Amino acid sequence: MAFLSIPNAAIAGISTCVPKQEEFCSEITLFSEEESSNFSKTTGVISRRVASPDICSSDLCYHAADKLLNNLQWDREEIECLVFVTQTPDYLLPATSPILQKRLGLSENCLALDISLGCSGYVYGLSVISSMLSHGNIKKGLLLAGDTISKTCSKNDKTTYPLFGDAGSATALEFQGGGNFLFNLKTDGSGSNVIKIEDGGFRNPTNYESFKEIKIDGGISRNKLQLILEGMDVFTFGISKAPASIKELSEHFELNLESVDYFIFHQANKFMNEKIRKKLNLPVEKVPYSIERFGNTSCATIPLTMVTEMKDKLENNRLFHIACGFGVGLSWGSVYFETNKIVVSDLVEI
Amino acid sequence: MELQEFITNFANQFEETDSSVFTKDTIFKDLDEWSSLIALSIIAMVDEEYGVALKGDDIRSANTIEDLFEIVKSKK
Repeated sequence: MAFLSIPNAAIAGISTCVPKQEEFCSEITLFSEEESSNFSKTTGVISRRVASPDICSSDLCYHAADKLLNNLQWDREEIECLVFVTQTPDYLLPATSPILQKRLGLSENCLALDISLGCSGYVYGLSVISSMLSHGNIKKGLLLAGDTISKTCSKNDKTTYPLFGDAGSATALEFQGGGNFLFNLKTDGSGSNVIKIEDGGFRNPTNYESFKEIKIDGGISRNKLQLILEGMDVFTFGISKAPASIKELSEHFELNLESVDYFIFHQANKFMNEKIRKKLNLPVEKVPYSIERFGNTSCATIPLTMVTEMKDKLENNRLFHIACGFGVGLSWGSVYFETNKIVVSDLVEI
Repeated sequence: MELQEFITNFANQFEETDSSVFTKDTIFKDLDEWSSLIALSIIAMVDEEYGVALKGDDIRSANTIEDLFEIVKSKK
């Protein structure tokens, strides 16, 4: 089992950025008025932020990181590690992290790498960057996690387009004695088809057929360069694996769930998340949601929820958290960590 | 597990359709109220009441409530 205990790393600050452009589910012409209200009631999504064609995931993460570094007053020369989690990179190649290294004014003495994960990506990203800092050679690092998933959705697909929003995040971590992250990370590639874009990679390169819109069902039409979301399979996966992941984490590391202050879940959809919360018998006030105003923002949901729903608490208290990400891959993981009066930048809008 | 209890649990996921409509032979996808969101409620109900993880294909392959009952039974 991939249980990891990673000492000597801690979060110093966190920041997120969203596009200014807000789109309400009630404005989506694909829905009747009744469908739209049912959709919002069930998924929790009332509006989302949608990136214009000239805004990429890296732009959102850049602005989040730039603000955070200014707020932290960190010397950019001291940052020696940059991890960028995304499934909507700037280019097929090069990786986007070197572009961000340059743009943020970081030095050449900075390792930079991309991680291609979605819903579980923030938790996986934390595991990679905390491991790198844990050795004590690198003292400061940046975890950037963001996606513009709305760009992958067909506007004629009611299972994806109204659900997903765009956001980018930056989390600053440092080598610090006493800090400790506890992880439980898992994978099931047998579910690789349930959240997928079929064409455009090297298995199925883009071809003329890729652009042809195919009608799947009522209200569901898309082409092969657009996102497939098999809602029922994802739902079954989420309500079983997410609670099990947290239970395994708490049993393995002998954590008392009652002493955890916040459970920050990937914002998949509210119906699914509420099932997960109830299975774990967690009180409502310990499980914050940002999905109402931002939708499902892929790997950015956890930091976005922390910034928009928990800012004051994070800035003024020592807190214990469990975060859990689950989805595309299929890939999922949970992490237990502490924050002690961290810097939380105001939400950036571009 | 009992078929009658399964039918009742199934019917409880609907808000507008009268419970008298539901029998073992009900072709549930033809009901006006049937939607992808009701399907999620059914999956959640089966998970909670029977500890069975239904796949999308299980819902797609079942026509009547009894069909789904048999699928759940076989996975228990």
